[in-house]
Amino acid sequence: MQLTVNQQPHTLEVEPDMPLLWVLRDELGITGPKFGCGIAQCGACTVHIDGQAVRSCVLPVGSVQGDITTIEGLGQPEKLHVVQRVWIEQQVAQCGYCQPGQIMTAVALLSQNPDPSDADIDAAMTNLCRCGTYPRIRAAVHQAAKTIREAQA
Amino acid sequence: MSTLGTLTRRGLLLGSAAIAGGVVFGYYRYRQPLPNPLPSAMLAGDLGEGAASSHALTPYLVIDQEGFTIITPRTELGQGIQTTLAALVAEELDIDWADVRVAHGPPSATYYTDISASAAPPYDNSALANTMRNVMGVAGRFMGMQLTGGSASTRDAFVKMRVAGAAARQALVEAAAQRWGLQAQSLTTRNGVVEHAASGRKLTYQALAAEAAQREVNPEPALKPRSQWRYLGKSMPRTDMVSKCTGTATYAIDVRLPDMLYATVVSNPQRAGMNSFDASKAKAMRGVQAIVPLAQGVAVVADNTWRAFQAAQTIAFDWQDAAYPADSDAMFATMRAELDTLSPDAVHRDVGDAVGTLAASTNVINVEYRAPHLAHAALEPITAVGHYSGGKLHIWTAIQIPTVAKKKAAEVAGIDEDDVHLHVTVVGGSFGRRTELDYIVQIATIAKAMPDRPVKLTWRREEDTQQDFYRPSALARMQGVMGEDGRPKAMQMDIISQSTTRGWGQRVGLGIPGPDRILAEGAGDAPYAAENHQVRAFASSLEVPGGFWRSVGASYNGFFHECFLDELAHSGGRDPMEMRLAMTQGTFAQAHAVLQKLRALSKWDQPLAENKARGLAMTLSFGSYVGQVVEVEQTERGIKIAKVYCVADVGLAIDPGNIEAQLQSGIVFGLTAAMMGEITFAQGRVQQSNFHDYPALRMAQTPAMEISILEGGGGVQGIGEPGVPPVKAALANAVFALTGKRIREYPLQKHVQFA
Repeated sequence: MQLTVNQQPHTLEVEPDMPLLWVLRDELGITGPKFGCGIAQCGACTVHIDGQAVRSCVLPVGSVQGDITTIEGLGQPEKLHVVQRVWIEQQVAQCGYCQPGQIMTAVALLSQNPDPSDADIDAAMTNLCRCGTYPRIRAAVHQAAKTIREAQA
Repeated sequence: MSTLGTLTRRGLLLGSAAIAGGVVFGYYRYRQPLPNPLPSAMLAGDLGEGAASSHALTPYLVIDQEGFTIITPRTELGQGIQTTLAALVAEELDIDWADVRVAHGPPSATYYTDISASAAPPYDNSALANTMRNVMGVAGRFMGMQLTGGSASTRDAFVKMRVAGAAARQALVEAAAQRWGLQAQSLTTRNGVVEHAASGRKLTYQALAAEAAQREVNPEPALKPRSQWRYLGKSMPRTDMVSKCTGTATYAIDVRLPDMLYATVVSNPQRAGMNSFDASKAKAMRGVQAIVPLAQGVAVVADNTWRAFQAAQTIAFDWQDAAYPADSDAMFATMRAELDTLSPDAVHRDVGDAVGTLAASTNVINVEYRAPHLAHAALEPITAVGHYSGGKLHIWTAIQIPTVAKKKAAEVAGIDEDDVHLHVTVVGGSFGRRTELDYIVQIATIAKAMPDRPVKLTWRREEDTQQDFYRPSALARMQGVMGEDGRPKAMQMDIISQSTTRGWGQRVGLGIPGPDRILAEGAGDAPYAAENHQVRAFASSLEVPGGFWRSVGASYNGFFHECFLDELAHSGGRDPMEMRLAMTQGTFAQAHAVLQKLRALSKWDQPLAENKARGLAMTLSFGSYVGQVVEVEQTERGIKIAKVYCVADVGLAIDPGNIEAQLQSGIVFGLTAAMMGEITFAQGRVQQSNFHDYPALRMAQTPAMEISILEGGGGVQGIGEPGVPPVKAALANAVFALTGKRIREYPLQKHVQFA
């Protein structure tokens, strides 16, 4: 089985019904995507497949078609993605466990909707955060949208 | 090897010097000096590779060539504590914030927590003073215990970690003075450099560390006045923010070791023993390496977590039955009956003659309130990594009681405590869950059964939901009557729940005698005066697994007490804000000021549109006064929570940005419980299993928030928990104002629909 994760090709021999999350975490050692629920309820496991946000804990690896990007592939501490930079500026994270998934969801939202309204954010940002960082996530999504728009203007 | 030998000797030497200083414990003169645990931790590699070439000036500071590692010995659960503790040291040490690194450090009695820091409200009568003495008695027994809890960390550290920074700075300055042959007073410091302005000479702290570590350290250095603070009182960038936004933070679930195996557990959902099990199917499944029997279940060890999960679900068990009533109704019935038969655990307030006044009054309100079991439901389920090899056990996990956990792990593995190395990681939430030892026992057992192979334990979400130590259910009977003056003339409150303190004490091996203050927390100590006022707490005999849940007793008492005040106000035709202002006037100045500020912030006196209403609550917990007004709106889809106004008097605000974050967090956590949180039992088993049936608030339901922080004096108070208690009551009171429906239990969605 072939997978491309963060632009790196991998060859694996695993059960096709193993969820992508556990392939990433336990087979490839990519631990940015987190395990929270295993039933696509919380979104901590969110990654991109060809830019679309998907919940990897319920996605059988055998059905993956496209290139996978995780939070590690989005940006690194020394080379941050703009959404990560805004997240840091706004001091969003508390326990931080949901934030890789939140950020991946936000990036996917902004790629499709460069100026989301509060209602758009409510509809797209359905990931759970038990620390309740939602007010700062909302502010960060608006700020990131503004930053990206200004950079493109 | 020769390098290591040199470094080792040097580490010991420096360590000895630091011990002689007794930086921290010189301050607490009534205590025997406790050793600096860092030198031995460095030698054991507990602080990472390379630590042995570093200098430990105090138990809170390691200096090496790359910068400064501040030991922040409280568990980072999300509350931002490691940033705040680091700021205390950095402020006095005078180093650049960009150079600060933090580490939890090794478990040690040196890092004990003074738990009494969690409770020092201005008690104003003898009954409460007695309660306080009980608290202090318990605190004495906690001494020597490293604990993250009780919203006590900043308060506990406020003096001792600033002292650690100042003492280290003084030693560094004196080392420079000696080297240059100058008076220490002629030298200044800035961002990790000692300077002599007259000559232009400079030396970095790194260059001076070895000499400084051999000096006597002043146990009582001068501390900066507040006017000179540059980090404290400011919103500091969190030390863990970049790693948490890039997926590079290492939670226990992210620890990776060579040849690591992956495990999960299945335990008796009735929380009792196991007669037998049949794992023959599991053993034949791909990747399964071992089945390890545990006292109340089994662990499945495989080469991949998902394979362990799959195999675990094929095991057949013959479980023993629960030792508690089979269902939630029976639990409430037990408590209701016990209120009539048990003697009180303690009388927490007894002013005037509440019982006599009520008996002689008409128009008495007589109501019963109740609160359900609640799960912690942190987003990271229980996780731990263990590696047993050569008679030594390494464990990586998050635990709020690391010294106790280390002792327990040694017991389980049958080795000396010195052979247990506990690496405390950051964690994806806790809310009190990580004060328990169940998973420490599990990982020690599993690691011992799989020698020389590291094993990562991950609980399935279903296991996490059904094997929790729940916020206990609780019940309160309250009677009251309004006086002519717009204040309650008499209030009487009987509260019953399990004693979390004693149940937990038994589990972790601490005998905690005396009344359990937690049963009445948020009611007995409520900052309101009534002429005739009694609060009694009863400890139920129920033995449902119950634990500390964010804000603990105040999490149910805040709801009971503040809804009850609302009922009293309405019964007397009074405005709930006016009544509370009258009840705090003169007696509880900080509470009064919070209410006044909240009245203005929420525009309490301005009428709202017909489809809107507001509710109010104000509680004191962990030393902080928090008042909240919830504004609700009737929409076609149900009741929408439009806005929450929050005023908090935290005594002294060390990090306003983080305090705001904790209050936002408390509001969301409290709203989740108020609207939708409920754990129920049937046939001895918890009926909920995952986020579909134990849901939590999401973005779309989160209200706008406006937060104001007050500094009413009295020193640093708690902030991790105090945002939680008032919001449930403020919401229920708002729902009453909107609908006329008085709901005396939560979750409220059993009675109304939320948008």
